[in-house]
Amino acid sequence: MAKIIIPTPLRKFTANQASFESPKASVAEAIGELTAAYPDLRRHLLGDDGKLRPFIKVYVGEEDIKVLEGEQTPVGEQTLISIIPAIAGG
Amino acid sequence: MQLTKEITFSKQEIERYSRHLIIPEFNIEGQRKLKAARVLVVGSGGLGSPLLQYLAAAGVGTIGIVDYDVVDETNLQRQVLFGLESVGKAKVEEAKKRILSLNPHIKVKTYNTLLSSENALDIIRDYDVVADGTDNFPTRYLVNDACVLLDKVNVYASIFRFEGQVSVFNYVDEQGRRGPNYRDLFPAPPPPGLVPSCAEGGVIGVLPGIIGSLQALEVLKVVSGVGEPLSGRLFLFDALNFETRILKVHPDPANPLTGANPTQTELIDYVQFCGVPHEEKEHDEGPAVKSITVQKLKARLDAGEDLQIIDVREPHEYEIVNIGAALIPLGQIREQAGAIARDKPVVLHCRSGVRSAKAIRQLEEAFGFTNLYNLQGGILAYAKEIDPALPVY
Repeated sequence: MAKIIIPTPLRKFTANQASFESPKASVAEAIGELTAAYPDLRRHLLGDDGKLRPFIKVYVGEEDIKVLEGEQTPVGEQTLISIIPAIAGG
Repeated sequence: MQLTKEITFSKQEIERYSRHLIIPEFNIEGQRKLKAARVLVVGSGGLGSPLLQYLAAAGVGTIGIVDYDVVDETNLQRQVLFGLESVGKAKVEEAKKRILSLNPHIKVKTYNTLLSSENALDIIRDYDVVADGTDNFPTRYLVNDACVLLDKVNVYASIFRFEGQVSVFNYVDEQGRRGPNYRDLFPAPPPPGLVPSCAEGGVIGVLPGIIGSLQALEVLKVVSGVGEPLSGRLFLFDALNFETRILKVHPDPANPLTGANPTQTELIDYVQFCGVPHEEKEHDEGPAVKSITVQKLKARLDAGEDLQIIDVREPHEYEIVNIGAALIPLGQIREQAGAIARDKPVVLHCRSGVRSAKAIRQLEEAFGFTNLYNLQGGILAYAKEIDPALPVY
């Protein structure tokens, strides 16, 4: 199962869960499953067009999905998907 | 940067920096580069506290400090530059005093002003490296863009609750390759209100100490040329489960400053870019609701009027301070609407008035309430105007 790491600012939409496991085969499907499980999260990750919002980065392992296959990037058993939000505290 | 050959050290300085001088990879040449360097620290808060102290102690020759704020008691839990005696005083001056007492061999220049599109280029121009420790998105983009336009390295760090991020932006390596900048990582800011600031969302006290120290280390590496700076990489720290990750940052062809077809050649209006209408204003975008001032509420209570008062904050906030209202957090307001009176005026309040306005709109839309009033300024206003014995947060 691919594991999605939920960053702190978004955990209030996932009942404080820090991670989510998905058996799906692509980033888009795994995130789809995540947002189906936590509907309040959806508008924070995805725009009206269903695409990832520009202040949210998604990584597979240490690589930005934008240099892989975008949201269609395949994920496997051991894949770690990281959602990285912009934060600005100092 | 000044030619390092011209840099000399007094006996006191040699002794002070001796633990640097005996590191073979760093040695006196590294120390000369530190002394020749001019580093601007933007924001002298949580990140600025370790940054300024370590940069000063390490011997960075010229340090600039930009901050418009004064020290507040709520700063002291993490901003270890300041003591109780600093409260109410200008941060830049208190910071300067502190770091000059750490190291009198350096020069410190202060800018007691809000960094803006009008002054950023003039201020940043005089420095070699900028360390961004600000606390808001408009200034993050402003610092980034000014650094790109002026060809300065931007050593970036940010924090929120238990998480920290560090990277080095706009760094040109020995082969002349320019690394990515903040806009390559995050092309656009989140809408106001989605990512709370530390003032709204909180931050664990030690975190800026850790992240700001890493930021200071990257400044020293960039300046001295020692080691491999965190360019093209983003370091993440999650203090809750002690996990660190390093992710790659790639140039974005759509970057308006450095992409394939640059469209931006000057600074812009960053407040507008980030959609922050007014700095002070929180993120209340809906239609106006009926409201009541804290003075009028007090007068009506004193007159014995039968009012229901509801606090829509979270239980942990209620624990900090409350005015005896019934607690129904915003997230449960619809479910618990049955507990809200319809036969008398009901005053809803939160910390500053934004959440309670949202609660009123939800209740009016979903259940047709007509007897709800928002307490203007929330419990903060009540503490300030009516009962100064109440703590604020």
